[in-house]
Amino acid sequence: MLSKRIIPCLDVKDGRTVKGVNFVDLRDAGDPVELAWNYSRQGADELVFLDITATHERRKTMVELVKAVARQINIPFTIGGGINEIADADALLNAGADKISVNSAAVRNPALIDELAKAFGVQFVVIAVDTRVIANKNIVHLNGGRVPTEKETLDWILEAESRGAGEILLTSMDHDGTKGGFDNKLLKLVNDSVNIPVIASGGAGSVQDFVDVFEKSNVDAALAASVFHYGEILIPDLKRVLRQHNIEVREIAPPNPPR
Amino acid sequence: MIGIITYGAGNIFSLTAALERLGIPYGMINNEEDFEQFDRYIIPGVGHAGAAMAKLEQTGLVPKIKALTKPTLGICVGMQLLTSHSEEGDSKLLDIFPINTLKFAASTEYKVPHTGWNRVYPEKENALFENIPDGSHFYFVHSYFIEYNIEYTLSSTTYNNKFSASIWRDNFYGVQFHPEKSGAYGETLLTNFSKL
Repeated sequence: MLSKRIIPCLDVKDGRTVKGVNFVDLRDAGDPVELAWNYSRQGADELVFLDITATHERRKTMVELVKAVARQINIPFTIGGGINEIADADALLNAGADKISVNSAAVRNPALIDELAKAFGVQFVVIAVDTRVIANKNIVHLNGGRVPTEKETLDWILEAESRGAGEILLTSMDHDGTKGGFDNKLLKLVNDSVNIPVIASGGAGSVQDFVDVFEKSNVDAALAASVFHYGEILIPDLKRVLRQHNIEVREIAPPNPPR
Repeated sequence: MIGIITYGAGNIFSLTAALERLGIPYGMINNEEDFEQFDRYIIPGVGHAGAAMAKLEQTGLVPKIKALTKPTLGICVGMQLLTSHSEEGDSKLLDIFPINTLKFAASTEYKVPHTGWNRVYPEKENALFENIPDGSHFYFVHSYFIEYNIEYTLSSTTYNNKFSASIWRDNFYGVQFHPEKSGAYGETLLTNFSKL
């Protein structure tokens, strides 16, 4: 049986992780590679790096980051943030990224999804959707949830799927940062409407929130940032509880001895 | 030393990085003479099987690959190339294994691509899976699968149907999952291959 995936998300700026991270045994909490390695050792199933670098050098810093991660980390990872064209995606693929996550650029130019899927295969293309409720409707937002669009969320997700998205990363901006649980109702609606995997994001505050999102929405994966970074939830504990609820999760191998 | 057959289908950075972490020496194969330098081979590949086969044919290496007698491992689409036919693009492939690559039936319950960690169960004894417990998780990401066949299936995985997670015939091996992304067990499998 396919396992449900647990995905820590790291925000990266100029090659360094931002937002607080307080693992006890880290030499350098700002080093994305050391953090990634730490999460992979804990049993994370996948990682997402969100690059929020704003400079014109951004593609170069993203490529360097991806190469550094791919050299050291033996689990799959996705990189998102500022991917606007085929050349961006190509550089990241060649640096070792397993998937790219595209958000605003796909909303502004939906044909980009078709182009990416054709060039690299659907398995490479994650479409990230930030949603917020306005007048009882889920509306796609840009710029981290600050700018509403004209698009209704489910309509946009269905369009993205038909154009070649291989996976949907759905973040509820109303739940994000609240630690009050995922938006299970919306996630179930979306998950029951598409034939591609859905990653839940936004709202994780407790182990029970992960149990609930898998039991109530049946999504493939759940993503969180701060609860992992601050050590509020440890992945081995989380997986033990999920297993107690008969939710299939991956058991990790003991690490191979360093050569 | 492992020779990686390069034909322009997909990125191999993660694969070579894994081999480097494991201390397994490798080199690249670009033409027929290069094969002699190595004692085993990897055929990588991602993306569209038909497009990958077209690229492989352009290299002129197909007759040489079909005649290889040293251990040869196809990974993901590189494994699918070893079969006779893929539903992806209705493509004729290398036909080293007389079995087919088929498309998963997509549904809201069984999402396609089959993405993530699934359990792999050996069906035969083989050193490729030495020190890897039955039912260990490996990382998959694919929309097409190789049919289960009792003669060639080395290990199986079940999604909405049972399929070949790996195949084996004489010196030829294929794995549908990505050992370079499958944590410590994936690394063990690559090490095992380097010692076959």
